[in-house]
Amino acid sequence: MSAPTGSVPGPRPEPPTGPEPTAGRSPRSLARRRRREALLRFAREYARNRAGMFGLVSLLVIGALALTAPLFIDQTHLTVTGAPGDPFQPPGGDHPLGTDNFGRSVLDLIIWGARVSLTVGLLATFVSVSLGTLAGITAGHFGSSGGTGGRVVASIIMRVTDWFLVLPTLVLAVALAAVLPRGTGTIILAIGLTVWPATARLVRAQTLAVEARPYVERARALGGGHAHVMGWHVLPNVMPVVLAQTTLLVATSIIAESTLAFLGMGDPTTISWGALLQAARTSGAISAGIWWYIVPPGLAIAVVALSFTLCGRAVEAVINPRLRRRS
Amino acid sequence: MSGLLDVRDLNVTYTSGAGDVPAVRGVDLSLEPGDTLGVAGESGSGKSTVALALLRLLPAGTRVTGRILLEGEDVLTMKWGRLRAVRWVGASVVFQGAMHSLNPVRRIGDQIAEPLLVHGTVPAKRVEERVAELLEQVGLPASRAQDHPHRLSGGQRQRVMIAMALACEPRLIIADEATTALDVMIQAQILALLERLVEENGIGMLMISHDLSVLSATCKRVAVMYAGRIVEEGPAHQVVHDPAHPYASALSAAFPKIGDPASRLAPRGLPGDPPDPADPPSGCAFRPRCAMVETVCATVDPPLWPVRPDAVGHSERRAACVHVGSGRDGIEGASTPGETSTEETSR
Repeated sequence: MSAPTGSVPGPRPEPPTGPEPTAGRSPRSLARRRRREALLRFAREYARNRAGMFGLVSLLVIGALALTAPLFIDQTHLTVTGAPGDPFQPPGGDHPLGTDNFGRSVLDLIIWGARVSLTVGLLATFVSVSLGTLAGITAGHFGSSGGTGGRVVASIIMRVTDWFLVLPTLVLAVALAAVLPRGTGTIILAIGLTVWPATARLVRAQTLAVEARPYVERARALGGGHAHVMGWHVLPNVMPVVLAQTTLLVATSIIAESTLAFLGMGDPTTISWGALLQAARTSGAISAGIWWYIVPPGLAIAVVALSFTLCGRAVEAVINPRLRRRS
Repeated sequence: MSGLLDVRDLNVTYTSGAGDVPAVRGVDLSLEPGDTLGVAGESGSGKSTVALALLRLLPAGTRVTGRILLEGEDVLTMKWGRLRAVRWVGASVVFQGAMHSLNPVRRIGDQIAEPLLVHGTVPAKRVEERVAELLEQVGLPASRAQDHPHRLSGGQRQRVMIAMALACEPRLIIADEATTALDVMIQAQILALLERLVEENGIGMLMISHDLSVLSATCKRVAVMYAGRIVEEGPAHQVVHDPAHPYASALSAAFPKIGDPASRLAPRGLPGDPPDPADPPSGCAFRPRCAMVETVCATVDPPLWPVRPDAVGHSERRAACVHVGSGRDGIEGASTPGETSTEETSR
């Protein structure tokens, strides 16, 4: 195995490992091209996933509709007094999905409701993912390399996480929404504060795996502190997990928002899908057999939640080589 | 006396649920600037533990006693902030397994710049320049800074690790099995590179390896460790070719010598396993595997004695065995187990 003892001839001045055949181009443009290629590869791989494409397309359509809604929906038509039609008109003609108990177009309400539902879903996810990532990385880092004090901090964080984990999410969210002042911000906070423990556990597990890698020991050996190790080495390595978790959590958050609104914990003045369902119930649409008021908001929730889940799974399948099918 | 690195009576004890495990027992080392010292030994002899102890990188809960003077400053009593400042600037480490010592999601250039940014040794504007300089120094084109680690071969990654170790111009480099995972050609290249860098920059190098031939080729002096103690120490050539301690001679004999057919036909290994550090044998730790064992070995754990000293009792080499030089005469005067007499160990 080894060189002979005594006189090692040692090929002294080793020629530099030659420049790549791509000479003449600056490393920066090379890097940019490489990044573009990587992105294209990702897109191609993703496009091969049919369910993922379905999710993506339907999300794009819904997102575009929600964003451009003020351009083609007259906001006065959404108020009770400015309703354009008669109460409970069946679908057809002017109102493709019929009207509600005030004569407002259900289609307009659904499109408008997408704005709130998507906003709440995305922001609540952001809150819970940031919280979960912060808690997870901190607990994972100090738990594995923080000494006695660090381990105490880590286990306190994890016990708090466990406590949130065993509390029924919905009950806690209802309690929070009831205590805090009413409004969309409260709903976002209530959902964000109750959904994070799962992310924290996931991120902690990944952090522990990363912390055991030799490059983290190397980072400590070269004088890096806790912040350096967590921010520079651990965070980029847990990001893929966090991203996959994010897309999956959006669905959960949207459903949670609808549930809270349906239970009457939301802001009664905003139009969201959950609020529509609640309005349908309280107006007696169910017993009267007014299906066009009940079914569309429910379907909308299901489609958006499904789309986010499909996208999440597709991204996961592309990122995680173990799930990727060899072509 | 106090040069670049001066380690006195270093003891490291790992604490575990099953009891304390003494991994290093009374190790003395010293290193002058521009000097190279090799530490050899089989797995579990405590050589990597010594390396990690030098920068206090051992896991929390490990007991370390003794004195580690790095340029006259005791590493063991340093405050946390000072310790962080000394890491990499005073002494840097080339880790074993360059494959895993690089973060896969960061560019090579960013990782070499990491110590520069952590310590602020170079103004932010000059970092890129310095990284290019370091890459050139280890024989890699500067354009490699843009690559991620997976695009590099094992040898190239090891070069990156060396470039990183040089980043803050440390006075001491600790190479912990730096060439172990590499094939022989690359190994020779990396060793030549390390040797050249040490010579050019006048830095001290502590090289840790299980491979005596690697050490004899690169280092001026070699220390052989067994079961947490140094059992022989001296000029590399002498220790490898004319070992005094039975363990050192077994280690040396385990490597075939080119041009000596006898060593090919009769390869000599060493039967048995190293002792369990949690429960070492009484007396000399090497006793159960030693071919020259005597009854006295069971009671005496010999300190390092000069080997074949001259008239005034001076020798460049020291070994811890009752068969060595003045050892026989010294037994009466010396040594309850573990004790190391001070006039023997200081130079």
